[in-house]
Amino acid sequence: MRKSGKIIAELFAILLTVILFIIPFYFILINSFKNSREASKMNLQWPNVFQILDNYREVIQAQDYMLIRAFFNSAFITVVSIVILVFVCAMAGFILQRRKSKPLTIVHFLFLAGLMIPPAVVPTIWVLNGIGMFKTMAGLILIEVAINIPFAIILYSGFVATIPREIDEAALVDGAGSLNFFFRMILPLLKPVTSTIIVLTSVNVFNDFVNPLYFLPGAENATAQLTLYNFMSLYNTSYNLLFADVVLLTIPPLLLFLIFNKRIVAGMTAGAVKG
Amino acid sequence: MKSTKSLYSYGFLLPAGIIFFIFFLLPTIVSFFFSMTRWTLTDWEFIGLDNFIMFFKESSLNIGFRNTFIYAVMTSGTKVVLGLLLAVLLTSGIRSKDFLRSVVFFPTLISTIAVGITFSYLMHPSRGLINTALAALGIQGPNWLGDPALAIYSVGLVDIWKGVGFATVIYIAGMMSIPADYYEAVDIDGGNAFRKFWHITLPLIRPAMNSVIILSFIGGLRTFDLVWTMTKGGPGFSSDLIASIIYKQYQGGFYGLSTAGNVILFVIVAVLAFPLYRFLTKREVDL
Repeated sequence: MRKSGKIIAELFAILLTVILFIIPFYFILINSFKNSREASKMNLQWPNVFQILDNYREVIQAQDYMLIRAFFNSAFITVVSIVILVFVCAMAGFILQRRKSKPLTIVHFLFLAGLMIPPAVVPTIWVLNGIGMFKTMAGLILIEVAINIPFAIILYSGFVATIPREIDEAALVDGAGSLNFFFRMILPLLKPVTSTIIVLTSVNVFNDFVNPLYFLPGAENATAQLTLYNFMSLYNTSYNLLFADVVLLTIPPLLLFLIFNKRIVAGMTAGAVKG
Repeated sequence: MKSTKSLYSYGFLLPAGIIFFIFFLLPTIVSFFFSMTRWTLTDWEFIGLDNFIMFFKESSLNIGFRNTFIYAVMTSGTKVVLGLLLAVLLTSGIRSKDFLRSVVFFPTLISTIAVGITFSYLMHPSRGLINTALAALGIQGPNWLGDPALAIYSVGLVDIWKGVGFATVIYIAGMMSIPADYYEAVDIDGGNAFRKFWHITLPLIRPAMNSVIILSFIGGLRTFDLVWTMTKGGPGFSSDLIASIIYKQYQGGFYGLSTAGNVILFVIVAVLAFPLYRFLTKREVDL
């Protein structure tokens, strides 16, 4: 009796999850295969006419291959900001964990405050303007690095605490310099947490909408999310094309999810529970 | 013998410190000044607290306080409770738990814009899937995003849909770290599943629960992109949040006013979230 109750409860949970979480994705996918007349009905019905290739081709070719350029821009911004982020935060996290002093506590606190404080928008534009970086990829990249620094530093300094100080002492006996020691010995040991940071931050940066909207306006440097936002008004009568765009933009996180599922979950929880 | 301190060069802090200072701290610091000016980026005129007074007096601006507060409390409160229930379900040894975990978690990774677009169609008043399904059950569905009294709650529901998986995963991690013998002790005492949950799980997942509360509450206070994609703060100003007002004033060229919005948001986070964090972490139970 209890056993069959449990099975019914489980079936119910699965059914509910499917309705709530899978149908929205199915809705987008199936409607991106229809022609615009059928898609405008916004239902889940199987398409009478499949128009897959035409839809996706049109979205990709729209506005002189805007989407391709946007994907390239987003990929570039994501990769460069993560490379910078990993190096600067690994170094900072290492020092913040190994050295203890009053001024450092304040520095640590300022980094952590970055997790809570909402970034000031127009003043950031003012700063970017002052150094000639407003509306540039370089400016946006450094913004992305700056806002992801607090989280990365928490993860790095937490992980450094698990590396025994004996390694440092041995290196000292060998007469290693601090730079040499860090890059040869410490950085390789940080690999597990580095991969967590790479996966999580790449999702953040690739999906970021707000910062490109403010700091990289203009069509020529559009990022993938900005393009999707612009297509919302461009395709407000051709849902099939808009949904095809949504599908294309969901592919990168989906791939990442399929490959790194376990790592993402582990990393998110490590960061969140400690923070 | 030399101290290992020679290996811990303060210079290592510089790259992160400089980037963080120029692109985050400096704008935050100058925001306090520029929030008290009429500002064109190249030129400013000091006007004292006028921007703040405007923010509190104008109904199109001060609606942001109410909405931001409702939104943050509604989304974080629901994520805290629903996330916990899901986590209990997904650690209860059901066979499909890996599948369900992945499905619930996946929306966390897709872009907010994509989610916003999808749901603004699902919530379409006449043809949308949600109201079609409700109609099949004989219920007349509301105009989710078009009704000024409802729009902000509808966006909040989508936020919960997207974010509850994150809360669930944090809870699951917290539950995994509870030693199994604690539960065995309850078994020996003849306690049931509810006693296990109430006396073991609940007190010991406090750190995880605190993370969920803080992260989702601050996230709610700062939300912009979902509301912007789904309603643009409308109909009228009915679903405007402080963050969307900041953007609208920026678009309108009212840079001083926009920055005042930023300072207000900063103060709200400092006044609500920071003490909340202190209060919660004080009451954590050590394992």
